[in-house]
Amino acid sequence: MKRILFALVLFSLCLSACGSVAVNQTQADTPLPSDVPPTPFAPVAGSAPRALTVMTHDSFSASDGVIQEFEQANNVKITFLKSGDAGAALNKAIISKDAPLADVFYGVDNTFLTRALDAGIFESYASPLIDRIPDEFKLDLKNRAIPVDYGDVCINYSKAFFAKNDLPVPASLDDLIKPEYNGMLVVENPATSSPGLAFLLATIQKYGDPGYLDYWKSLRANGVVVVDGWETAYYTNFSASSGHGPQPMVVSYSSSPAAEVAFSTTPMDDSPTGTVNAPGTCFRQVEFVGILAGTKNRDLAEKFVDFMLDVPFQEGMPLNMFVYPVNPQAALPDVFTKYAQPSVQPASAPADLSTKRDSWIEAWTQTVLR
Amino acid sequence: MSLSPLRRFLPWLAPAIFLGLFFFYPLARILAYGFDLSFLSASSAVLPRALVVLRFTFYQAALSTLLTLLAGLPLAYLFARFDFPSKTIFRALTAVPFMLPTVVVAASFSALLGPRGWVNLVLMALLRLDHPPLVFVGTLWAILAAHVFYNATIVIRIVGNAWATLDVRLSDAARSLGASPFQTLLHVTLPLLRPSIFAASLLVFLFDFTSYGVILLLGGPRFATLEVEIYIQALQMLNLSAASLLSVVQLLCTLGFSVIYGRYIARVTSVVKPRAAWLNIQKPRGRRQTGFVAGLLFFMILFFGLPLLALPLRSVSYLEADRADTSQSGPGLTLAYYSELFINRRSSLFYVPPFLAARNSLAYAALTVCLSLALGFPAASALARPGKLEKWIDPLLMLPLGASSVTLGLGYILTFNRPLLPGWLPDSSTLLTSPLLVPLAHTTIALPFVIRSLQSALAQIPNRYREAAAVLGASRWQIWKNVDWPIISRAVVSAGAFAFTVSLGEFGAASLLARPDYPTLPTAIYRFLSQPGGMNYGQAMAMATILMLVCGLGILLIERLRLPGTGEF
Repeated sequence: MKRILFALVLFSLCLSACGSVAVNQTQADTPLPSDVPPTPFAPVAGSAPRALTVMTHDSFSASDGVIQEFEQANNVKITFLKSGDAGAALNKAIISKDAPLADVFYGVDNTFLTRALDAGIFESYASPLIDRIPDEFKLDLKNRAIPVDYGDVCINYSKAFFAKNDLPVPASLDDLIKPEYNGMLVVENPATSSPGLAFLLATIQKYGDPGYLDYWKSLRANGVVVVDGWETAYYTNFSASSGHGPQPMVVSYSSSPAAEVAFSTTPMDDSPTGTVNAPGTCFRQVEFVGILAGTKNRDLAEKFVDFMLDVPFQEGMPLNMFVYPVNPQAALPDVFTKYAQPSVQPASAPADLSTKRDSWIEAWTQTVLR
Repeated sequence: MSLSPLRRFLPWLAPAIFLGLFFFYPLARILAYGFDLSFLSASSAVLPRALVVLRFTFYQAALSTLLTLLAGLPLAYLFARFDFPSKTIFRALTAVPFMLPTVVVAASFSALLGPRGWVNLVLMALLRLDHPPLVFVGTLWAILAAHVFYNATIVIRIVGNAWATLDVRLSDAARSLGASPFQTLLHVTLPLLRPSIFAASLLVFLFDFTSYGVILLLGGPRFATLEVEIYIQALQMLNLSAASLLSVVQLLCTLGFSVIYGRYIARVTSVVKPRAAWLNIQKPRGRRQTGFVAGLLFFMILFFGLPLLALPLRSVSYLEADRADTSQSGPGLTLAYYSELFINRRSSLFYVPPFLAARNSLAYAALTVCLSLALGFPAASALARPGKLEKWIDPLLMLPLGASSVTLGLGYILTFNRPLLPGWLPDSSTLLTSPLLVPLAHTTIALPFVIRSLQSALAQIPNRYREAAAVLGASRWQIWKNVDWPIISRAVVSAGAFAFTVSLGEFGAASLLARPDYPTLPTAIYRFLSQPGGMNYGQAMAMATILMLVCGLGILLIERLRLPGTGEF
């Protein structure tokens, strides 16, 4: 029995050893931002690379090659800290602002922007590339938050459903409360989802406060379905996705039809989904990057911000994150120009968003859910 | 046995340091950061709303716990008393749901019971209906069913272990004295099983009380528990004071339940002579017993098997979006989603090779098992013979289950964004960005499970055995090895399996940290599900199937370990 006990102890030691080996290995894959002592075999010619930390949300993605180019050109090793969804990531940046976790924060959008600016987490930086960006995206004139990309939250519809039932695609928000579209739309809860909030803001821009509540009352009477977030709405409820749900219309992005083609199982020559892109039906989300106040690597952080605004990174964004680049010099990939319909006159963030945001969501909750 | 105060405190040293550092301190930091009573008077709308939410939270948790007991107790009896084919596989089947990410469970429940699910399609065809007759997703029933699906394993394991070593001759004696089977159950078996039933109920209740993913995904936005409200306030409204207030309410409730449990458990624990489990087990005899066993096996296949089967099925079928031109691709089988997992098509920086994800998941899980057993064992041993100190500590140990993971995650950010021991460790090496923080966070959640499952087993060891061994000249180590260990080894396996599943399932704690990319299986699933496209959905289902397999095999392996002494007891 002693022997078996010994074997057990040995086994658990092995397990933990496996554990630490695996962890060490991953550590080698993406080194920590610590000052790793330079090993004699390091491939770097001069000094050891410096470390730059970028805090961002879970949806952030980029091409390996583009990032590597930046790292080699500047002798820097970048660590990306994925910190949850957009709201969670921002909150973490705010509560850690006395001892910032990173040098750069990417991923605050125009619905959260004032929170970030009021909390003072960013240092301003007038990037030389900022002149290339159209003024409509520059929401912070002090250049603390610098626009990087945008995406339009729009209603997506199932082409097959509307063709089969010989039904016209809704052309305005008003159409959605008509009886022929009863029970056909699924939206996300604005309290738990960022596209959900974006769509709520589009209705507020159109009908004003408190007019939007009457509109939502009618939508509710017309059988609008509310779910917690985009994943459920798109994959469980939307009929044109792989989930084959019951609703032929969903609040998603104007780029989603392009993603359906890019990520199809078998090659497609047309997207199964389309976008309602009539004036005022979409909401434009703009995402910003900023240099975190108190960074010790201001020079590198500036270079990284410039890099994000420059053409190579901007051209990679559409296929990595399915957003549009703000730099007009960046060309869109084919799948975007062919299958994604840009929206016409999308709604932008209401001026009193920062003060009214919570009360709008609360009033919406009372009207639609209770 | 009376021990000196120092000896009494010794077993608590490691667990106290661990929980203090990785649970209580970060929690206190974030609550102190956000707690602001002035806000109460400023917006008084929060408090009445909190009361409504609290009432529903309590209501659904109580109902879910009752239903879980209703489903779990017969199954615990089945596993404890009967020998039947594929027993370990069935036991693993009931354990797998425990670690599945909510997104995946919601997807498989929808595939089964949703508006376009198999059940509704069959009913529509049979009854010639235009609309799906069964409304499941978005109802209280969906929440309750998911909670039973997730937590039945807690009852099966904890009560089942106690039942297995409960001497079958006790109820046989009652029967021979003329008691009906029901009377025997009511007056002999259940009273003796009370400690384990209470321990399991407390764990299940706390899990349901702090439920979050199930409520959001299966219940829909019309239902809100405290945890959901904390999530909304903390991460969407960025209102930390409201979130802190709600977190405190949730913690106080947890503490309250644990205190009530502690006062009651002491009264109902009775020590009986345990009997080796294999002596109590038999093959089903007669029509009634065979019927009972067959019925329960059928129930397990239906309730646990079918939803789990939906995932592998989806992962090998063409999951094309509904196209106008459907002639191009009919339904069919494919392995494309699995092969695609191995290709980094967009040369993405964040591409996750499936083996790496599985390896990371397993490494975290292995560390969590070792750490939580090492910390849980001394704590459970001390709790099994409670003194004054233990009476105070006991309820505190359950708090990690009642703490909002959102709040704790933010607490970690606030605490570990600076060097932990300045001067001792290199300046910029904060624990926050270290991969080690993930198994540490998992251990805080696994620890209450480990402690509870070990404690209820340890408490049942008659002290006479130890005294007899001591009188015969056995050393402390020999007593432990020859008396305690054989009786509790079964509970150790269970505790290890719990820690394993808690870690594999992530339970949100890890995603609430801010960390460099050490992808695990659940994070890879979420990543695929965050973008549209048939390939993404298919790969998510494939990854979920891999997670299920890894977990199932892991549990089978742990159970097969043949711990020394298991054969005897």
